[in-house]
Amino acid sequence: MSAPMSSSDTGTTPVTEPVTDPATSASESAEREPLPGAAENTGAAPGAKPYAAYLLGLADDAMVYAQRLGEWMTNAPQIEEDMALGNVALDLLGQARGLYPYIGSIDGTGRGEDDYAMQRDEREWRNVHLVEQERGDFADEMARLLWFSAYQVELHTALTGSSDDVVAGVAGKALKEVRYHLDHASLWVVRLGDGTDESHRRMQAALERVLPHLAELFDDDEASVLAADLGAGVLPSTLHDPVVARVARVVEQGTLTLPDGSRWRSRGGRAGIHSRPMGSLLAEMQHIARSHPGATW
Amino acid sequence: MYGNDVIDPNEPLNAAETDAYDAAAEHDDQRGGRDTVGGDFDALLAADQRIEPRDEMPEKYRETLIRQIAQHAHSEIIGMQPEGNWITRAPSLRRKAILIAKVQDEAGHGLYLYSAAETLGIDRQELLDRLHDGKQKYSSIFNYPTLTWADCGAIGWLVDGAAIMNQVPLCRCSYGPYARAMIRVCKEESFHQRQGFEILWTLMRGTESQQAMAQDAADRWWWPALAMFGPPDTGEAAKGGHTEQSMAWGIKRFSNDDLRQKFVDMTVPQAQKLGLTLPDPDLRWNEERGHWDFGEIDWDEFWQVLRGDGPCNAERIEHRSRAHDEGAWVREAANAYAAKHPSPSTSPSTSQESAA
Amino acid sequence: MSGATTPTTGAGAPSEPARTHQPAAPAAPAAPPQGERSWPLWEVFVRGKRGLSHVHVGSLHAPDAELALRNARDVYTRRQEGVSIWVVRADDVTASSPSEKDSFFDPAGDKIYRHPTFYDVPEDVEYL
Repeated sequence: MSAPMSSSDTGTTPVTEPVTDPATSASESAEREPLPGAAENTGAAPGAKPYAAYLLGLADDAMVYAQRLGEWMTNAPQIEEDMALGNVALDLLGQARGLYPYIGSIDGTGRGEDDYAMQRDEREWRNVHLVEQERGDFADEMARLLWFSAYQVELHTALTGSSDDVVAGVAGKALKEVRYHLDHASLWVVRLGDGTDESHRRMQAALERVLPHLAELFDDDEASVLAADLGAGVLPSTLHDPVVARVARVVEQGTLTLPDGSRWRSRGGRAGIHSRPMGSLLAEMQHIARSHPGATW
Repeated sequence: MYGNDVIDPNEPLNAAETDAYDAAAEHDDQRGGRDTVGGDFDALLAADQRIEPRDEMPEKYRETLIRQIAQHAHSEIIGMQPEGNWITRAPSLRRKAILIAKVQDEAGHGLYLYSAAETLGIDRQELLDRLHDGKQKYSSIFNYPTLTWADCGAIGWLVDGAAIMNQVPLCRCSYGPYARAMIRVCKEESFHQRQGFEILWTLMRGTESQQAMAQDAADRWWWPALAMFGPPDTGEAAKGGHTEQSMAWGIKRFSNDDLRQKFVDMTVPQAQKLGLTLPDPDLRWNEERGHWDFGEIDWDEFWQVLRGDGPCNAERIEHRSRAHDEGAWVREAANAYAAKHPSPSTSPSTSQESAA
Repeated sequence: MSGATTPTTGAGAPSEPARTHQPAAPAAPAAPPQGERSWPLWEVFVRGKRGLSHVHVGSLHAPDAELALRNARDVYTRRQEGVSIWVVRADDVTASSPSEKDSFFDPAGDKIYRHPTFYDVPEDVEYL
């Protein structure tokens, strides 16, 4: 089965790296140089900006997806599933909240979690398009959760070996959570795929709909290259093959087909260029906070 | 609709933090011992023993319980909506996390209660159908809209406060599964009222517009919260009502009016602490009675909302039915999968360790 | 949150007859409603901490064992109430009947010699 996002007809970096053990590569490079600007509140050190940008990508992915998953409360197919998706949202929200204040200490602004979540404009957000897409049907959500949680499992596995103790700590905690998310998504993708004719059709369609939004997860942008060089981050492209392998196993068990490539791929999220739903998402999320400047809640 | 032991209005923030709850929980523990009375329903009731699912019970008792537990469960599930629609708009991440956890708890409480109802021989799906068809009610309070963020505070403080006042006595209800569910619910619900109070506390110490927001919410939620205890059922009003029978059966322990008075007595000092003005010109301390006097509740509005003509009746049921209908294909798919893969032994059904 | 505020209105009795003796404990599986087939009912048991037995905490609906276990985790252990969970199909529970209660349990009532307090021993003997 070919990787769904490996064909390159756009400017994004094609995925060529062989599968490596990301944790190993992270720890190997850990001794190269000290981290920039960590724990310094008095202005950013050289290299701090792109490193902060890398971490912001991780935090924003979690934050925006938590926001989307929150929309499922009272809308899930069964009350038990309201609770399950609520737990996933809470985990992701916790991951973002764990990172934001630390990023504020690295980028020299000293910003707190709500400064990042409530006061930034669209261009300042570094999440991938995948997580900002509007809530679809339950199959759409399970397709997105399957991919995102498989990505996060590989990501956080690698990041537990980060040379940055804070990041390693966040990753260690997150890893337990995202394994459960992956398990949850896998169970449902298999059941929908191998359920009724209708559910199979919907699940297959969802796998195809999510496809254009995946490539970004594995793009080696400038910030992630720097973070990986520092030994603090992981090169996204190295996560591609293991993530695809995880997803492929689930898709196969669900008697589904992993779609083969897509004619278009979303891009730009890590650079602050977002898709249409992002503006509405932020408007809804931020409007109370922004209507009352300086207020505490 | 249900009662509570006497509470010092100045002390605990809600009824789940009082001795009344502790006593009920302890009572529950003690009932774990040997039955000393035989299986006769009336003898069990007389001995203050619990009725358990397979015991013989009068059909009326069973019907009353099914209706009451189902309405209670429906209230939890519909009650997710007024606050749930603020999850995406919560003004800080801390508030967002709290709100998700709270709405999740409400789903959980609904499930505990449906679970209790099902021990009486009725399927949850049938209860949900009755809710969707409008054949069973839920708490009328949820037919009011949540217009501002402060409403999340007012719901926690007033609505959850009133609900806990209703629920604590149910921890000693004669029907075992209901009582056990209520103990769990009350324990978890204590945080709900506290977070509501904290929202308002923060707003009242914030900007002028935040204070106005809090006062507006208190203005709109105070009277509906008092109506939550149900119509008058003491004195003349007690005649022909269901309160007497429910009390005899041990599924109601205090009158609506008693509970309402306790709630007012507990809440007025809290409002003063918050700096909020409650919208009742007749509210004043009555030294003689040792209680707060309060004005007349607009029962016409209560009955109007109850009969379906409230601001959000249609919206609440429509939302709930739509979510349920949209999920039908998912639930059916899971059934189909289970039918194709019937062997539970292929996948372990215990966590962490073997069941052996 | 909730208050069971609705006064005594609402639906009448369920259509089926009383099942005071029939249903399996702990919960009585009822006839599924018309139309949609309900997910089956599962009883949930949670071990609160190491050293304690699993205790029945309630029930839930799930299409199969795997999802039942996960639903149980989300519904019954949100506050770290457990270190281990069992789920059992409610249909698979065989329960003693209240009508058999006398013959099941009363005969043990007069076997007082099973209890240590039955025996008279000198007070100054240690380790008894």
